[in-house]
Amino acid sequence: MTLKKVNAIEVKNVTKVYRSSNTETRALRNANLTIYDNEFFTLLGPSGCGKTTLLRLIAGFEDITEGSINLFDQEIVNLPPNKRPVNTVFQQYSLFPHLDVYENVAFGLRRLKKDESLTKKRTMEVLELVQMKDYATRKPNQLSGGQQQRVALARALAPEPKVLLLDEPLSALDLKLRQAMRYELKTLQRETGITFVFVTHDQEEALTMSDRIAVINEGEIQQIGEPEQIYESPSNKFVANFIGEANLLSGFCKTNGENGLCELYTGHSINLFVPSHIKQNDKVTIFIRPERIKIVKSSKDKSQLSISEFTYLGNAATIQLKSNEQIINVNLPIEDLKVFKKGDYVDIEFPKGSAQVID
Amino acid sequence: MLAKNKKTKFRYVWNFPGFGGWTAIFFGFLYVPIFVLVCYSFNSSKFAMIWTGFSFRWYAKLFSNDDIQTATINSLIVAFAAAPLATIIATFSALALVRGGEFRFREFSNGLITLPLMVPEIVTAVATLIFFASLGINFGLINVIIAHTVFCIPFAFMPIKAALEAMDPNLELAARDLYSDKTSTFKTITLPLLTPGILSGFMLAFVISIDDFIITLMVAGGGSTTLPVYIYSMVKMGVSPEVNAVSSLMLGFSIFIVSLYWFFNRKINN
Ligand SMILES: Nc1ncnc2c1ncn2[C@@H]1O[C@H](COP(=O)(O)OP(=O)(O)O)[C@@H](O)[C@H]1O
Ligand SMILES: [Mg+2]
Repeated sequence: MTLKKVNAIEVKNVTKVYRSSNTETRALRNANLTIYDNEFFTLLGPSGCGKTTLLRLIAGFEDITEGSINLFDQEIVNLPPNKRPVNTVFQQYSLFPHLDVYENVAFGLRRLKKDESLTKKRTMEVLELVQMKDYATRKPNQLSGGQQQRVALARALAPEPKVLLLDEPLSALDLKLRQAMRYELKTLQRETGITFVFVTHDQEEALTMSDRIAVINEGEIQQIGEPEQIYESPSNKFVANFIGEANLLSGFCKTNGENGLCELYTGHSINLFVPSHIKQNDKVTIFIRPERIKIVKSSKDKSQLSISEFTYLGNAATIQLKSNEQIINVNLPIEDLKVFKKGDYVDIEFPKGSAQVID
Repeated sequence: MLAKNKKTKFRYVWNFPGFGGWTAIFFGFLYVPIFVLVCYSFNSSKFAMIWTGFSFRWYAKLFSNDDIQTATINSLIVAFAAAPLATIIATFSALALVRGGEFRFREFSNGLITLPLMVPEIVTAVATLIFFASLGINFGLINVIIAHTVFCIPFAFMPIKAALEAMDPNLELAARDLYSDKTSTFKTITLPLLTPGILSGFMLAFVISIDDFIITLMVAGGGSTTLPVYIYSMVKMGVSPEVNAVSSLMLGFSIFIVSLYWFFNRKINN
């Protein structure tokens, strides 16, 4: 069975420039992306890269400078926020302080002029969903951060939006709660079937929760893909470094093509795919994750690689190898913890498919 | 031990030598005269400064003095007309300046609104007088109301602006996001959250208007005398116990209004 994917949101050539009297900030540059219906889609990037800006453009809080945005094939850039069937969970929750929990959650339904019994039914339903039914008569300032978070979620879910926008909703919570909420949010998304557009700067959050991720840097989309794709084959150095740990090793090309060959400055040769625009003797950067590198014992006369740092982590260890000014990070699996120690001479192997030439 | 003592000695301002004494003198100068004034307003003697016994006679006399009553009514009419007008204008100015986005002369407008707070009142008074005279505007009490409205605006403006600035702009966006148009966002979110600020702006404008002397003295013609101006004319003829009584009443009234102001102010800040 193949289901045709429905486009929930299409962002087309979107540029956003903030202008004030003396400065211009290009928050987004020619961004393109498509978010499918029922998807948990994450915008991931460092602080200030333009994630919130993109979210606010979708919600309608900012005027677009260039480009267009479609919501289920309908152009929305000219609609005011109240005419867009999307709802937002704000980073600082922004609950209405003068209304109690019930009225906060019922707010959208009331504006939509739903009748009283339906409003009540739906409000209690979402409060139940986020386990805040017992707090309906409390004011927001009588709630903990985690509870406010749930109310903010309920408030945005109550009018049954087609798309839910979440701006770093977990960043204000402490670690334990944050981890619990990750799971809850993911479950909530699956159960409601609402498209989630989730903003975070936390790569772990993005990897664990998302169906697909768009990595953004300085207003430009770097890569869009499933978590495995982004982690296993980052499209450039920024993505490689931002997601997880990465070794970016310098070397030069010996032969290109499907069965190419590169030599690192450490003297090691690697068999890997080398794109055809790279010619013999061109400089290349090779990307490999620390956990993919295999190390074996060696001796001083056979290898110039030695363990210069050994960091014990309990269930694993990270080590640093140094040679010719190059540093290689390697993760040691638990069974090798006792085998190696600082100062040992070692040799490394790159399993097939673990390394990649990167721009 | 000694070093530690030395270090902590001036940590709090009340650790300075003589701090307590100076404070007492300061508060004494401020409040003893007021206290004495209130006490002597209950004096039964005709001479202001000789205590002969407790009585409400001067208060009773106040209520049979037509001039004082007219002046009081004038004061109240002016304050109840000028303070709301000033508050409304101040509210819209604050909304435009804080929520109006970037526009030309924004900083300049903000300065322009608050500047009258720093202009010596006598300058404003003379200017207003000349202004009215040269345009031939002479509508009695209405002149006073116009003048009061104008100079009360900055006082009403400041607490309203502060309340608006303290308000999370995302609240209005959240309402818009939840299918609320501009009008209903203003009615359901902005206005209720701004109410304490507006009320405290109103109180401030009201007290300032009730209390004003210099501008009123210049602008008010015969028949539109307000209470402070009338009291001044009474004092010129000698301090009578009646002045004490009327001043005490004004004091009580001001304290009441200022308490309301603090009450609303506290609501903004939490
Ligand atoms: N209202 C604004 N006016 C001017 N510059 C802004 C405004 N909002 C955001 N920016 C700038 O745009 C860039 C992107 O901001 P933002 O989208 O908030 O980033 P993120 O959410 O990824 O941290 C930043 O450089 C920020 O300073
Ligand atoms: Mg942000």
